[in-house]
Amino acid sequence: MKKVLKGNEALAYAAKLARPGVVAAYPITPSTTFPEKISEFVANGELDAEFIPVESEHSAMSACIGAAATGVRTVTATASQGLALMHEVLFIASGMRLPIVLAIGNRALSAPINIWCDHQDTISQRDTGWLQFYAESNQEALDLMLIAFKVAEDKRVLLPAMVGIDAFVLTHTMEPVDVPEQGEVDDFLGEYRPEHAYLDPERPITQGSFGYPEHYMEFKYGQWLAMEKAKRVIDEVFEEFARRFGRKYSKISTFGVEDADVVLITMGSMSGTAKEAIRKMREDGLKVGLIKLTVYRPFPKEEMVEAVKNAKVVCVLDRNVSFGFGGAVYGELAAVLNNLPERPKVYDFIIGLGGRDVTRDDIRTVAEMGLKAANGESIPEINWVNVDKEAVEKSEGVMR
Amino acid sequence: MYEVRFHGRGGQGAVTAANILAVAAFNQGYHVQAFPNFGVERRGAPVEAYVRMDSAPIEIREQVYTPDAVVVLDPSLMEVVDVARGLKEGGVIIINSAKKPEEFNFPGYKVATVDATEIAVRNRLGSREAPIVNTAILGAYARAVGNVDIEYVVTAVRNEAPVKKEENAKAAREAYEATVLGW
Repeated sequence: MKKVLKGNEALAYAAKLARPGVVAAYPITPSTTFPEKISEFVANGELDAEFIPVESEHSAMSACIGAAATGVRTVTATASQGLALMHEVLFIASGMRLPIVLAIGNRALSAPINIWCDHQDTISQRDTGWLQFYAESNQEALDLMLIAFKVAEDKRVLLPAMVGIDAFVLTHTMEPVDVPEQGEVDDFLGEYRPEHAYLDPERPITQGSFGYPEHYMEFKYGQWLAMEKAKRVIDEVFEEFARRFGRKYSKISTFGVEDADVVLITMGSMSGTAKEAIRKMREDGLKVGLIKLTVYRPFPKEEMVEAVKNAKVVCVLDRNVSFGFGGAVYGELAAVLNNLPERPKVYDFIIGLGGRDVTRDDIRTVAEMGLKAANGESIPEINWVNVDKEAVEKSEGVMR
Repeated sequence: MYEVRFHGRGGQGAVTAANILAVAAFNQGYHVQAFPNFGVERRGAPVEAYVRMDSAPIEIREQVYTPDAVVVLDPSLMEVVDVARGLKEGGVIIINSAKKPEEFNFPGYKVATVDATEIAVRNRLGSREAPIVNTAILGAYARAVGNVDIEYVVTAVRNEAPVKKEENAKAAREAYEATVLGW
């Protein structure tokens, strides 16, 4: 049934439909309405789950880990500083192979204090061993949550998953969302019955124990393999989801890349704006295409190489930055293209940090830079879009 | 694509008005998107909220810069905010005011007025000092813009209003009747 929902509500409906046993959460802007909605579902009897209001995000994830280790489906949500506070326990969730699902309202990190959108929070958790999905719309937010449960719990994977939706641009925006029936989701997800390690008094085991140098690396290699296998499992789950619900996802979606001189790469909500901008550019005869990256971990290397191989130039729009290097997606794309005999040039565009609006004009500015590079002009490898560079350079100069 | 910008003060319900209009438009068959001007919701401070509606799915996510219509919940805002900022030529400005449209000077735009404050107070929505005018003003929107039918607006108001559902629905309908068009 179609409802007009905010992004956080879409995430909460997905969480409810998955029938979790435990939700432990600590509220933080812009994710707050997720735990609000969940506690409402629990209070009015729509969701038969234990809702644990905890005193911090570190505790929220710790409680989810404890609950998941007893073999129940668990879900929580956070953003920004809250996700950063979860950091050390995120490794424990993935190392213990607990398929927890974590909804994120992608938000910038302090300082300066900022509650608005960028992807720095989840990108900073890239190496914690979690699957990462990024939604373009509220429909994708709901669907990717359900998909995340199914992938995470697959016996071949058993890794936790986070689903990122852009702060405010999705979390607080209302739009139509098709909410599946409970029965349909029950059939898709099935009852969660873990066969792997879980705590059961009838079958005593140790979890999260010491890993000596003789064994530690094998545990890590196991996580590596699980992430590799997840690539195929994700494709299978996307297929099954499409069969059941009629909406087809893929790790990357392409838009006009076949004949494009310049291919843009985006994640999250700016992908829609980019499509609109590209439609207009196509009308003006500019050969620009788009790749939307939906699955960031595992990184869809093969699909990415295939999609960009015919382009002259790839412009990566990174809503994050690694200071002293560049954007994360830029660095990874450059790396996966490294061993190809012929490959496009890759340029980075840092954009939309801390909620700075990403407009069609910005997208066009990026594409036009890419077209210059495609025509042989020299452009910088790393570009900051829509920034008052002069003002910053002046003040940084004073500090020296 | 039709874009609407709401101007209100924190606590007046501009964001809720945008959300209810989106629901009404959706029920009438539009694709919709509604969002606030994020993060500035302080009581009494100027607040903006936006609605997009289109016959095709809406993919664009940038903020609304050139609306087709603006709705002003609190006329005192016009002293501090340029409510016509970016408004498309010939666009509609709907103002909560007891004044006539011709008393406002917005050359090139269509002005409609409605005394939503009086209607809200009469229907016991909020207090005389802080009336809740957001549902009444939606009736004026339906009248002045015409792309969302008053019946859909009234139904959405009744379903979405957290309290005093019938009073809110009645306020929207009365405002629809009482709106004065300046064109």
